[in-house]
Amino acid sequence: MTAIETTLSVIQTDEAAEIAAARRNRVIAVATPVATAAALIAVWEVGVRAFGVPDYIAPTPSAVALTLVGEFPQLMRNFWPTFYESVLGFVVGNLAAVLIAVAFVHSRLAERAFFPIAVFINTIPILAIAPILVLIFGAGLTAKVVIAALICFFPTLVNMVRGLQAVSPQALELARILSASKSEVFWKIRLPSSLPFLFSALKIAATTCVIGAIVGEWVGADLGLGALILDATFNFRSALLYATVFLSSGLSVLLFVAVSVVERLVVRW
Amino acid sequence: MVAISTNAAAGTQVPAASLRNAWVKFGQFTAIQDISLEIGAGAFYSILGPSGCGKSTLLRLVSDLIPPAAGEVSVFGKTTEAARLAREFAFVFQDATLLPWRSALKNVELPLEIGRSRGIDIPVSDKTPLELLELVGLKGRENALPHELSGGMRQRVAIARALVCQPKLLLMDEPFGALDEMTRDHLNLQLLKVWEETGVTILFVTHSIPEAVFLGQKVLMLKAHPGRLHEIVDIDLPYPRSIAQRDTPEFTRYSAHLRGLLEAC
Repeated sequence: MTAIETTLSVIQTDEAAEIAAARRNRVIAVATPVATAAALIAVWEVGVRAFGVPDYIAPTPSAVALTLVGEFPQLMRNFWPTFYESVLGFVVGNLAAVLIAVAFVHSRLAERAFFPIAVFINTIPILAIAPILVLIFGAGLTAKVVIAALICFFPTLVNMVRGLQAVSPQALELARILSASKSEVFWKIRLPSSLPFLFSALKIAATTCVIGAIVGEWVGADLGLGALILDATFNFRSALLYATVFLSSGLSVLLFVAVSVVERLVVRW
Repeated sequence: MVAISTNAAAGTQVPAASLRNAWVKFGQFTAIQDISLEIGAGAFYSILGPSGCGKSTLLRLVSDLIPPAAGEVSVFGKTTEAARLAREFAFVFQDATLLPWRSALKNVELPLEIGRSRGIDIPVSDKTPLELLELVGLKGRENALPHELSGGMRQRVAIARALVCQPKLLLMDEPFGALDEMTRDHLNLQLLKVWEETGVTILFVTHSIPEAVFLGQKVLMLKAHPGRLHEIVDIDLPYPRSIAQRDTPEFTRYSAHLRGLLEAC
């Protein structure tokens, strides 16, 4: 082997080593949290068995998993209503927040008049206002959607107002030199530049709308994950309770991921 | 040499910009005091002066971003507002001010989209947006988003955007101030090329004496507190200019003279 060939082969093995190291890092990045979670679940399983904790106080993870599989049709029957309530509430709440934010940015008077009211509504605990809304809208779908919408509303309103105002003064001067109309400034500059702010609010809303729907179901519903949580609790079916809780969190994750995917497609800058 | 001939004919034409006893005040503060000035069509003026002398204010006055407190300002014989509505001038800011969600090409096309839906007749350059990007040396990068471009490239996109409505007057507010020396030299040469190819009138604000001398046919020197006209220095160096000219005795003499004026302010 000539000197050059030796050097080349050394470089090659170096590169191979680097690639292997990078791959190892990626594996470690995924394996660490997974292993930690698995260990915690194992501790839980062993702890419940070793101390003989009664099933109705804390079920073993294996019992929860079995329920998740065994009661799957019942779980799904309760999953879909909550899903619809959450998604509808998400759409209604965020749409209202965006439209009101647009009104606030265009009219100082509207902002002065309504922003304090928005703050006040936000300070009422959702658990306290939920019964009122059920009284107004009845025990059907509407009340849950309104509660889910209400919980989404405020973070989106605040972020959207900030986003619409986050236009650089120079971009506005450029618009002025181009003699752009108010609506052109809005559609071509303000609205696109608010999108990163909007999406950070939508990611919050994606998880909170599920909370809203479940709280709504607690106040009065026959079907839905919230109703199932109450039902399982009162009947001491704690494995079912835990399975329902996992499914609720799964719903939040699903919506969060959906919003994140859309964000990545839309906000490319 | 096209631009020189344009300039030679300027005597018979309407001046690109004309200020008569113009004042600008911000409350009690006088930013510009009694400036009278005529910029010939097709000329390249560098504007130089200490900070607070109203260099940027002067450009903003001409571009209808701020009104004069007293006096008259006209652009090609029209009020600044009429000139703005007719897109007679374009502005290049110190920061490129590109819309980050638009590609380089889409940013260049922005001025063509504004006003179109309202049926406003917009002057259009005989070069397409793509050709303008090529003119500023960005061929092949038209689909890049601003964050994928360097500072110098972004500023070149801004220049192409400024040219897309075929302006007759280009107002540039320290456009290369934030760039490194090499990039700045390169863009200076490119700007001179654009000037010679399009015959546009340029008002170029800068902090740098060599840049002012290198680019301008004339250097407009302003004084600070309050901002007023100090002196107009003719730069009799032949075009097309080259970087090597900077080492000539004439160039050094102009620089030294301007430095002297600047220090006297």
